[in-house]
Parts: sequence; structure tokens; C-alpha cells
Amino acid sequence: MTSHNKTTEPFWWGLFSVGGVVAAFLVPIHLILNGLAIPLGWISVSPASMAALVRHPLVKIYLFVLIALPLYHWAHRFRFILEDLGLHGMRTPLAILCYGAAIVGTVLTIWVLLSL
Amino acid sequence: MSAPRSERAGLYYPKLPNTWWLKNPRYFRFMIREVTSVFIAIFLVVLLVELYQLSRGPDAYAAFADRLRSPGWILFHLVALAFALYHSVTWFNLTGVVQVVRVGERQVPPALVVAGAFAAWGAVSLAILLLFLMRA
Repeated sequence: MTSHNKTTEPFWWGLFSVGGVVAAFLVPIHLILNGLAIPLGWISVSPASMAALVRHPLVKIYLFVLIALPLYHWAHRFRFILEDLGLHGMRTPLAILCYGAAIVGTVLTIWVLLSL
Repeated sequence: MSAPRSERAGLYYPKLPNTWWLKNPRYFRFMIREVTSVFIAIFLVVLLVELYQLSRGPDAYAAFADRLRSPGWILFHLVALAFALYHSVTWFNLTGVVQVVRVGERQVPPALVVAGAFAAWGAVSLAILLLFLMRA
């Protein structure tokens, strides 16, 4: 498994890095917009106009980038948080669990975006 | 830790207590930076659930949007925003170290690369906000 980890490490690190860039650029404004401004009523959006917006193909691609890529950023960091907190012996299971969760999240994101 | 280390038996692991990151402000800031990813991921899952409710129809979406108005969710989003901003700031500060930008033969000073990253972040955020306000 060690040699396998060595060959896939740059791939996961690349996804971590891209996800980190996406999260740094896009997540704060969406937290303000979707997490605070809309719920607190600073901006009012009807369900119909929200649905029309997210059905646009370009918006769907954007949402895929926004949601799926930072999950790999999370997976990489969370894996090493757990290792740093003392779970060194479980290196491979932790990697499978974290990256596996990100892959499941990616599939769910595609499924939701296609069903909109 | 006394866990078996069969996979990487050749490596040396110093025996650290699991609270090592509380011993030094630098280690603590490192751990905070790592934990930002957890809050970002939870927010994105909430966003995905919101989109899922939208796919089920306007009533399901309205009910979910109503739930996000509760003080608990507002508090979560405030805390998550603080963590997300910390991720952005630490990430862009690192671009000056990681990303070497050259113009011709000369290297752009790292401070300028960082300033450019922050400016781009502001521009992107403003563009998203304006596009959303125009379209929704």
C-alpha cells in the first residue's frame, strides 16, 4: 500500500490545492450571500427566481466547482488532522475514508445538479 | 500512541500527547487553519441540501429556507464565515511564498503577488455579488 500511496499522493495533493483556491476565492462571499444575507432578509429571492438561476447550465458548472472541489481540500486536511491527533497507525483507512467521502460528495453534487 | 504501525514500520513517530497543538500559539494557529476546511465543507453540504430541496419544488425549498433563518443556523454561518475568511487570508498570504511570478527575467516581489491575490479575491467576490443581484 505504501508504494500505491506514493504514486497517488500528488494527485490528491493537486485536488487539495485546487479545492483550496476555490474555497479561498468563492466560499466567503457565498457564506455572506446564502448563509446570512438571504436568511436575514437583506436580499429577498423567490423560490422561482432561485430555481431559474440554478437551472442555467453555466451556473450548474459553477456550482459543481464551488461545491465538489473544496470537498477534496477538506478530505486532505481532515485526514492529516486525524493523523496529527494521534491516529498514525490508520493512515490508509483514514485516506480511504476521507477521499471516499469527497468522492461520494462529488457524485451527490452531480446528481442534485442534474435533477434540478 | 500504542497503535500498530505495520504500514510504515520503518518510520519514526515521536511520542506526542494528542494535545500537542495546545502547547504553542503557532501550533494552535496551524490547527485552526486546518479546521477551517471542516466548516467550509459543512457549509457546502448545507448548500447542496438547499439545492436538493429546490429540485423537490418551491414548497420544499421555502421550508428549508425558513429553517436557515433560525438563530442557530445564523450563528453557524457567522462562525463558518470567520473560519472561511481565515482560510482565504492564510491561503493568499502563502501564494507569495509558493507561487513565483516572473515578468521577463525579473521575479515579481512576493508582497506584490500576495496583494494581487487579495485584489483578485475582492474583484471575484464583488462580481459574484453583482451577478447574483442582477439575475435573482
